[in-house]
Amino acid sequence: MLVNILFWIYAAVLVGAALGVILARNPVHSVLLLVLCFFNAAVLWLLIEAEFLAIVLVLVYVGAVMVLFLFVVMMLDINVERLREGFVRNAPLAALIAVIVAIELGYVLWVRRLGVELPAGTAPLPAGHSNTAEIGAVLYTDFVWPFQLAAIVLLIAIVAAIALTLRHRPGVRQQNIGQQVAVRPADRVRLVRMKSEREP
Amino acid sequence: MITLAHYLTLAGVLFAIAVAGIFLNRRNVIVLLMCIELMLLAVNFNFVAFSRFLGLLDGQVFVFFILTVAAAEAAIGLAILVVLFRQRRSINVEDLDAMKG
Repeated sequence: MLVNILFWIYAAVLVGAALGVILARNPVHSVLLLVLCFFNAAVLWLLIEAEFLAIVLVLVYVGAVMVLFLFVVMMLDINVERLREGFVRNAPLAALIAVIVAIELGYVLWVRRLGVELPAGTAPLPAGHSNTAEIGAVLYTDFVWPFQLAAIVLLIAIVAAIALTLRHRPGVRQQNIGQQVAVRPADRVRLVRMKSEREP
Repeated sequence: MITLAHYLTLAGVLFAIAVAGIFLNRRNVIVLLMCIELMLLAVNFNFVAFSRFLGLLDGQVFVFFILTVAAAEAAIGLAILVVLFRQRRSINVEDLDAMKG
């Protein structure tokens, strides 16, 4: 019973925060509301005993991706008013499409019942059951190649993000390590032979 | 009793909100990216719910990979956004007409 109450509370906050994301005037508020969305989603995943993914969602998504969003939103000096042009004009169309999508999904789920018998809830998993250990057991055996591919995708993303944002500005004094290492004494030091002079 | 249908409906509502957000904020690239994140969250909800209620773990492994790809997508998307802002001093979608689309 408590689980049901928690589900409805967190689902309501999740939907409210999602509406806030798309309606907020300031992009910073949008990002913060999206963080709230992810926290609520993590709690809802905890309720269906997907503990590992709930924690990953908070650590990776809120901790890394949303902070990246926040950095970018705060770094760029955005003229919000110009970006909001056409907001009201598009609102009826947006609401119509959202309602159509929601009604269609609701019809399939609640009237047609997906055309199959839905499992009506499952028994809670036994105490001491580790979701993380179970995922680890299949992730490093059955899914080892997709796992490696995911690593390569992340590597490419790192390289691409750095390569895109790297820029060489003229007039900035930078350390060129290759040049420093390749220096020879003959290039820098010149020995001159001269006569000694008397102190004036 | 919370059933699979409750979770799928919640995910559907979330997806519909994200689609509406793309229509509402069609000039602001940052909010568009955030709406895409919201859509991915809705899809992940479906995977996790099906995984739990069907008793198969594959769905949760798939969500793990979706999170990986979404993180990569966000990183590259924001990098493009920063480069774009440097070039144009704007993130308005209407200003992106260099390719005459």
